[in-house]
Amino acid sequence: MKSHIRPSRGDRIFDLVTLLLLTLVLLAVAYPLYFVVIASLSDPMLVANGEVWLWPKNFSIEAYTKVLGDEHIVGGFLNSLKYTVLGTAINLVVTLPCAYAMSRRDLKGKGIFTTFFLITMFVSGGMIPTFMVVRNLHLLNTTWAMVLPGAMSVFNMIIARTFFQSTIPDELREAAEIDGCSIPRFFVSVVLPLSKAIIVILVLYYGVGHWNSYYNAMLYITDRVRFPLQLVMRGILTQNQIPANMIQADVDLVQHRQYLAEQIKYALIIISSLPLLVIYPFLQKYFIKGVMIGSLKG
Amino acid sequence: MKAAQAAAPSGGKKHRTGPGLNPKRFWSYMKGHYWLYLFLLPAVLYLIIFHYVPLYGVQIAFRDYSPKFGITGSPWVGLEHFKVFINSYFFGETFRNTLLLSLFTLVFSFPVPIILALLLNQMPGKRYRRVVQTVTYAPYFISMVVICGMIRIFLAPSSGLVNNLITMFGGQSINFMGEPGWFRTIYVVSGVWQNTGWNAIIYLAALSGVSPELHEAAVVDGASKLQRIWHIDIPSILPTAMILLILNAGSLMSVGFEKAFLLQTGSNISTSEIISTYVYKAGIESQRYSYAAAVGLFNSVINLVLLLVMNAVSKKTTKSSLW
Repeated sequence: MKSHIRPSRGDRIFDLVTLLLLTLVLLAVAYPLYFVVIASLSDPMLVANGEVWLWPKNFSIEAYTKVLGDEHIVGGFLNSLKYTVLGTAINLVVTLPCAYAMSRRDLKGKGIFTTFFLITMFVSGGMIPTFMVVRNLHLLNTTWAMVLPGAMSVFNMIIARTFFQSTIPDELREAAEIDGCSIPRFFVSVVLPLSKAIIVILVLYYGVGHWNSYYNAMLYITDRVRFPLQLVMRGILTQNQIPANMIQADVDLVQHRQYLAEQIKYALIIISSLPLLVIYPFLQKYFIKGVMIGSLKG
Repeated sequence: MKAAQAAAPSGGKKHRTGPGLNPKRFWSYMKGHYWLYLFLLPAVLYLIIFHYVPLYGVQIAFRDYSPKFGITGSPWVGLEHFKVFINSYFFGETFRNTLLLSLFTLVFSFPVPIILALLLNQMPGKRYRRVVQTVTYAPYFISMVVICGMIRIFLAPSSGLVNNLITMFGGQSINFMGEPGWFRTIYVVSGVWQNTGWNAIIYLAALSGVSPELHEAAVVDGASKLQRIWHIDIPSILPTAMILLILNAGSLMSVGFEKAFLLQTGSNISTSEIISTYVYKAGIESQRYSYAAAVGLFNSVINLVLLLVMNAVSKKTTKSSLW
């Protein structure tokens, strides 16, 4: 595009400044994350004294063994896994058929349904009335309280609807109808196989949401055994409630105990983010695709 | 089937049950399409139970809820709870905190993604650009609990990263989490850190839609990069930016509960107590359901009014609106 015109001096200076600024941004975002990694692998005392900056010092995985040996954390991890898998499955079962029906031009009463869905995006009963519904349905302290109150996001449904509208041609549906293909059959054997991209996007959006959420659990779950990982972590990370058995048994020095507590926090951050860290680089483009579809007004 | 389809495109209004409806056509339409309504059923049921029933339950804000009588049986008290809230010490504090917190968030976190997107778009070197993008999106996926945990660890008075840096350069260590004056800065800066990369995506998308010919023509005419950004890039993302600005301004009073709650400490409560955290404490912790519902409703009504006003403003000035 600019092959035959030599960039001016001003433009070269501009490029240099851009590169410099963006490198600064890169470091500002990446360093805190990198620091958590190296701090989790270093001798906690050196971390606390500010001697760990660029790479781990006195490499130690003590904190990881403590974290992985703690029943609350492991239990929380498993609970989170359960809520995420079940919750996401419910999300898909509710969202996809709804989005498909809404994408069909021959759906009568579409205006009513659209209004019905959109209203919920702008007005809500709020924390207390929703809490009372969950309580009155006797869902408190059950797995259902973690997965049903967020069974569908209208925003995600609209993304999926937009996707269906733009990828499933009307002619295809008409051809199938002439061949006597029923709606559910067409949906399962034609629409879904053509919609892998949107399914991946929804799984990611919903899945990450479930994995990261603590709000529902804090409101609806009081039974420690049912705590998701985020709630267990909240106790440790923001309220400093380190399970006593994690640091008392073999650590006698009060000072070292305090350091180890910090270490455990770093390790916990890494372990809780692990599922996301693993999938993130591979699926990044789907997240972004979702934003693109979502930004189309329709 | 054919008749139903012919009716469908114009169908927005006419087809509802009513005297004008031809039952024969209705049934033949339903015969072919009842599955569509079954497809909608789970979503509709879900929204009724978890959104519309709570909306109906908002009436406890005007009643004195007691478990014995239930939501619809408790005695009416009118605006009593609203009066108590507005006359209480908490009103001024939580209202101001909520407004200031989101005002600062808006002022700082709105322009930064635009600048990032403009720079990324002009950046030479495709591969490095992708690295920067990938890394800056990443924090968006970190959970709020972890973000707030990291903030607390990094800002710890004696052992935290930030204070180690400060003392290394000879400064005095600061008790960030303990001082009310720091709360908003921490909240806003960490929000910018977490969300800028993600929020830039939408602007990058708008920028990638700019026709390359515009830039080529400008280059031929001798326009510098800065001039091209100013005259081509910025005008092309302006509509997107306006809509987002309006949306954000419309949600000025709906600061999320999660982050403020996690960053609260006993000593920064005078700036960190916002309406939503107060609702949680009054409602869930102290079980003053009616009062808390009233405070929450007060907040939602302000939100809705703000959104409607901003949407109307947007319709007038930019001809783009939410609905």
